[in-house]
Amino acid sequence: MSRFLLTRVAGLVIILAVASVAIYGSMLLAPGDPATLLVGGGKPPNPELIASIHREYHLDDPFAVRYWRWLTGVLQGDFGPSLAYRDSVNHLLAERISNTLTLVGYASAIILLVGITLGTAGALRGGRFETSATAISAGAMAVPTFVIGALLAYVFGVRLSWFAPSGSGSGISGAFRYLTLPAVALAFSWIGYVAQITRTSVRAELRSEHVETADSRGIPRPGVIRRHVLRNASGPIFAVSGIAIAGLTATTAVVEKAFGISGIGALLVDAAAKQDLATVQAISLIMVASFVVLNTLVDLVTALLDPRVLKGRPS
Amino acid sequence: MSSPLLSLEGLGLELRVDGSYRSVIHQVDLTVGRGEAVGLVGESGSGKSLTARSVLRLLPPGARLRGDIRFDGMPVPQSGSSALRTFRSTEIAMIFQDPRAHINPVRSIGDFLTEGLVTTRGLPRRQAEAKVVALLQEVGVADAARRMRQHPHELSGGLLQRVMIAAALAAEPKLLLADEPTTALDVTTQAEVMAIIDEARAERGLAMLFITHDLELAAAVCDRIAVMYAGSVVEDLPAGALHDRSAHPYTRALLASRPSIGERGGSLRAIPGRPLSAFEVGAGCAFAPRCSRAQETCRTQRPSLSPAGKGSAACLFPGSEAPSV
Amino acid sequence: MSTYQIAGALRGGRRRVAVADPVMTAAGCVVALVVLVALLAPLIAPYDPNAVDPAAVYAGPSGAHWLGTDDTGRDILSRLIHGARPSLIAPAAVVLLATAAGTTLAIAAAWAGGWVDRVISGVLDVIFGFPGLIMAVVAATIFGPGLLVPVLAMSIAYVPLIARVLRNSALKERNLPYIAALQLLGTPTWRIWLRHLLPNLLPIVTVQATVGFGYALLDIAAISFIGLGAQPPQAEWGLMVSSGYPGILSGQAGQVLYSGITIVVIVIAFNLLGSGLSRKLLGEGL
Repeated sequence: MSRFLLTRVAGLVIILAVASVAIYGSMLLAPGDPATLLVGGGKPPNPELIASIHREYHLDDPFAVRYWRWLTGVLQGDFGPSLAYRDSVNHLLAERISNTLTLVGYASAIILLVGITLGTAGALRGGRFETSATAISAGAMAVPTFVIGALLAYVFGVRLSWFAPSGSGSGISGAFRYLTLPAVALAFSWIGYVAQITRTSVRAELRSEHVETADSRGIPRPGVIRRHVLRNASGPIFAVSGIAIAGLTATTAVVEKAFGISGIGALLVDAAAKQDLATVQAISLIMVASFVVLNTLVDLVTALLDPRVLKGRPS
Repeated sequence: MSSPLLSLEGLGLELRVDGSYRSVIHQVDLTVGRGEAVGLVGESGSGKSLTARSVLRLLPPGARLRGDIRFDGMPVPQSGSSALRTFRSTEIAMIFQDPRAHINPVRSIGDFLTEGLVTTRGLPRRQAEAKVVALLQEVGVADAARRMRQHPHELSGGLLQRVMIAAALAAEPKLLLADEPTTALDVTTQAEVMAIIDEARAERGLAMLFITHDLELAAAVCDRIAVMYAGSVVEDLPAGALHDRSAHPYTRALLASRPSIGERGGSLRAIPGRPLSAFEVGAGCAFAPRCSRAQETCRTQRPSLSPAGKGSAACLFPGSEAPSV
Repeated sequence: MSTYQIAGALRGGRRRVAVADPVMTAAGCVVALVVLVALLAPLIAPYDPNAVDPAAVYAGPSGAHWLGTDDTGRDILSRLIHGARPSLIAPAAVVLLATAAGTTLAIAAAWAGGWVDRVISGVLDVIFGFPGLIMAVVAATIFGPGLLVPVLAMSIAYVPLIARVLRNSALKERNLPYIAALQLLGTPTWRIWLRHLLPNLLPIVTVQATVGFGYALLDIAAISFIGLGAQPPQAEWGLMVSSGYPGILSGQAGQVLYSGITIVVIVIAFNLLGSGLSRKLLGEGL
């Protein structure tokens, strides 16, 4: 167990370290002077400003020194200033992170609830229900987030006026009114994915020998489903749900942009358009880190769900 | 004589395969008396495992069952789902071939053993645990209390099969259905497991339907032998009469194809041709294409079980002399 | 065995080879049609995709404009037809580059084994940690918006998706006795790679690339949608959804709807083609 945990965490740290070098080092690829990127906005560079940025960012130091300075700042929770926004990156993030977190949480809840229910029901009911559930989830996976977002905004926001078609609000009712459609849009294609994997793993368990044993002992059906079918299928279901939620982190950029939500995803896109590298580096690192950490957590919990992974098998 | 514990009359079974029905059991007539051990012997694909599963109605959706199954007077095919559950949890217990696959890998041994008692009998968990620990000790599992907390992957195949037997005994059934209980085990463990089943059965006066492909093993542990071929019971006779008085050419051929320690020097004879699956059987006797004694009528007329020798055989020309293959 | 497995065994050991696969044929036809439209765009589009008509802003579908016009009176159908070119070429480039790099890395890792395999797998793991979208956004920040930069970034992000599956297949193939036999005969390594390993991996590569194309199309369209890919006034499907967005709020859903449906139909066609190819070439569904 501890060995397993150790290798996983070590792998996580290595990936994050390499990712941070890649994200910070990306500025080396920039054609011309990186100082122009830090100014942002692609404006014609003013030599004095460039010189002051070179001083402020120690751009004349060797790369390793600069990287180390940036990394120690990041590890202490300081992402530095954003020149394009004339603000600290920390402040920019702080204003927007809660919207993004609420959106991701909301979408995750929808994915888990609808995806697992649909997949389980499909496998248990079988027949035509299963066929249509499969077809719908396969179709849902092909619909881009921004297209389903537009359709939801049009139908439920503009035509029916059930929800706000764009913008952000505050509080629970604000979240419900402004974030429901974005959350559904964000969840949409992943619902199909989770439903698909849930269906196949529940189906495989339904047909397994140990379920036949439980049936042969006259265990009531709900008990068999809960204790044997769902319990045993929970590993893959959990794993795929985790991957889905990890995958949301990047897609929030698209949804926030589409629905005009002020979150870090929309900030990432705006900062990229302004070529504000400091902000882009900070948000990319946060998103990559949450993606990798979530994936590792999924691995660990999946292992906990299956006693065979942690303890060795008899040879 | 009282009515038998289990009786199968004209049992037939069709399974849906790729949208069409395929016959997997043609004609099985079989009885198991109280406390009696009956061996159901046949090659793989003869329908013996599905016969055992039919008794519990442990069949895939869309299966069509024909004929009558009666257990202690209760008509099994007609019973409703709650009656069927009660029947499965109290009257019959099944021991499966591969315990590694048939015991849920993610639950503990203790969970597996007590599940039936707790959920279908409403026994308090502590009481159920005490009961199964005693049973584990009876079937020769040392350190039973520790085993209860372990998971299936931590136990050897032989040990797991003992767990499966203990679970079957815990239900206090009247009949054991043992589906090749030793086939998946090492040769050395096979004998031990067989002895455990035999002992536990004798002590409790349990009846048993023992499914196997091993004619000699069946003869050793059972009172009566039923031989299946291509979906039908072709011969049914007392175990003691197997060697000298079996009347069906297939039974004789099976006996001749197996090496036995007692008869050194005798030559082994393989049965020519390949075994037929039930759905391939035509109008006549299923064994006719491989039978040395087959006559013209064998290919057109299907024999049914009728008295022959000390039991009954489904053969138009039964006889106990060794067939000349 | 459980009863399910007993019943399954009755089907016989041989896998059924589908004689005709109407779904796959239909998907293939859709793909062929779209490629044809892209090739012939200037010939079949009724209007210049960038011709503004102030007299026909947000015109509904009519004989003159089958799918209506957009916020500046441009013909939506013509823009969809012309948009096929960048919308298809960009994901095709992503898949081509990622498949070439992924296949080479996979075969190299499987062939060399040992530390080479570990290094390649490690690099792939790191790349896998970067969602493609993030990689494209960072690249666009540095090099400025446009289709070329996100395509290159996305190609890198797609390498692990292709290489991971392929490495396992390549490893299986590499360990088959015929490879050892070829080595004993003194066949040069490059010849074994090109003439033996690659042809045997080709079915898997084809399936992976086909399915990957659909996802790449979605990703590239998303990049254009957020404004970091294709730039106005270019006709590109993702960009068309994005520029149609303001219309949604005033009740004009036409442009978003038609460009959205176009994307969905093509992605579904590629996915179905991919799973059909998988059944045909690999004998298994996806």
